[in-house]
Amino acid sequence: MAAVRADEIPVPRGRPRPVARLRTWLDRESVLGPVLVTPAMLLLVLLVAYPFVMALYFSLSNAFIGRPSHFIGIRNFVHLWDSDAFRQTFQNAFVFTGIAVAFKLVMGISLALLLNEQLWFKRMIRGAVLLPWVIPTALSTLGWWWMFNSLYSVVNWTGIALGIMDPPGPNWLGQKYYAMAAVVTVNVWRGLPFFAITILAALVAIPRELYEAAEADGANANARFWHITLPLLKPVLAVVVLFSTIFTFSDFNIVYILTHGGPINSTHLFATLSRMLGLEVGRIGEGAAVSLYLFPLLAFVVWAQLRFVRKQAY
Amino acid sequence: MPVARRPLMKRVLIHLGLLPFLIFALFPFYHMTLTSLKKDRELYDRHAVPLIIRQGPTLEHYSKLLWETEFLTWTKNSLMVTILATGISVVIGTVAAYALARLRFVGVSSFGTGIFVTYLVPTSLLFLPLAQVVNWLGLADSKWALILTYPTFLVPFCTWLLMGYFRTVPKEVEECAMVDGATRIQALWRIVLPIAIPGLVCAVLFAFTLSWNEFIYALTFTSSSEQLTASVGVTSELIRGDIYFWGSLMAGAILGSVPIVILYVFFLDYYVSGLTAGAIK
Repeated sequence: MAAVRADEIPVPRGRPRPVARLRTWLDRESVLGPVLVTPAMLLLVLLVAYPFVMALYFSLSNAFIGRPSHFIGIRNFVHLWDSDAFRQTFQNAFVFTGIAVAFKLVMGISLALLLNEQLWFKRMIRGAVLLPWVIPTALSTLGWWWMFNSLYSVVNWTGIALGIMDPPGPNWLGQKYYAMAAVVTVNVWRGLPFFAITILAALVAIPRELYEAAEADGANANARFWHITLPLLKPVLAVVVLFSTIFTFSDFNIVYILTHGGPINSTHLFATLSRMLGLEVGRIGEGAAVSLYLFPLLAFVVWAQLRFVRKQAY
Repeated sequence: MPVARRPLMKRVLIHLGLLPFLIFALFPFYHMTLTSLKKDRELYDRHAVPLIIRQGPTLEHYSKLLWETEFLTWTKNSLMVTILATGISVVIGTVAAYALARLRFVGVSSFGTGIFVTYLVPTSLLFLPLAQVVNWLGLADSKWALILTYPTFLVPFCTWLLMGYFRTVPKEVEECAMVDGATRIQALWRIVLPIAIPGLVCAVLFAFTLSWNEFIYALTFTSSSEQLTASVGVTSELIRGDIYFWGSLMAGAILGSVPIVILYVFFLDYYVSGLTAGAIK
């Protein structure tokens, strides 16, 4: 025993070995917590926050690909408001988002109500409904591009065969309003599953007894929908609409592939115009200024979400 | 028996009501498949019925795609980028989510808010300055740029999703293990993670899907054919001037979706639960 003690003399008394010490130190919540979040935090600071600041700087400079940039104040923003392309884009963004989200909401509620009934092949039907949402958007949009082709459009062929359209039918991607209708259609097609499935989950959670009690009181299906279903769905609808608004507003893939913003800027959104100005033309400053127009809406959605979602989470 | 017939009648009507939605959802895939299997002669015959194949199917568009384009390279790139980005993001997201769900330390709530905010930031807001960052790092026109940048949207997503799952694991189970002498890390590894496996599967599936489907970063950060991912390769390399090879283009769109469809068929229920848990983008 004495010999063992003599061996321990170099180590200061009362302190465990370094590895064990590190272990207990790491086990404290105030230490382990920051250690565990550090990788995520570094990533977000270096590759999200820092680029965001860069975007702010770019938007206030005359940055051009391959040239040194200078601070020019808000001249980019002023210049944008003088350009027809930008004003058109600004209007498009609201028209596109407003119409697409409205369709997704109404169709999403209808589809969810149908899916909530007794169904044959329930799983298969749900699988089919969700499919457009999981397939790569860029690739499925190619399919729509082909369906809207000016010469071989299957949409027009069907419309003419059914007698709804006069031959040759609209040139979907080449005419102003039709092009907007086309990009909205594809956005609704791809976003509808998210609405339907999320609303369905909320529908399933509504207690049956409420409907039974209402039925006993003589409320018909219509009244039950407006006075029970809709009010109880409201929180979920709010969250779904907010999420969808920001992602529809910032959409890129569909417009880039279907119309590239044309004809004559009539379908450009902030993301596609920003890419065109920033990378295809090379005016990074102006491109960044355009993309920053996404920010106010983003800030609003974040604020609104924090009020709704946070209340549930904490 | 009118009492028994009325529910059946209602059921049939419900299915009839679903029909337009199902056609809307599935028709594009049907039409793409059909196009990819048609002979060119029939495909570009304006008097042919576009809804069926009359002159027999062909695989020529597929063989053209596989042997005369870089499609296999793009698929390989997509797989590599997706697997690495998913792996990195799920690990970083898991530890961050555990800290946010379980530990109390300075700044935990503002970090949680930060994660949520970045979860909502659309990729189209940051691609311009990120392209600059990628240049500085010497990763311009390289698939490694994608492996580096995809975690920026995958990590917030995984963290948010897993935080919810970790909260459902009872604290007592973990505390029991720590009373027996396990450290927090050991408790996380041996007790919490096994319970949270459904959540992890969900996070992996969604991260995989999101990075496989990502388009704007891949389009911006890579340009030479051997660095492209499947969706960018198909959309930009198969279209040359005004001559479109619609058959091969559709074949590419279909084959490029195959990995996701396979996962989807096997894990449909996870997709549904992940979506409703707040998996959005």
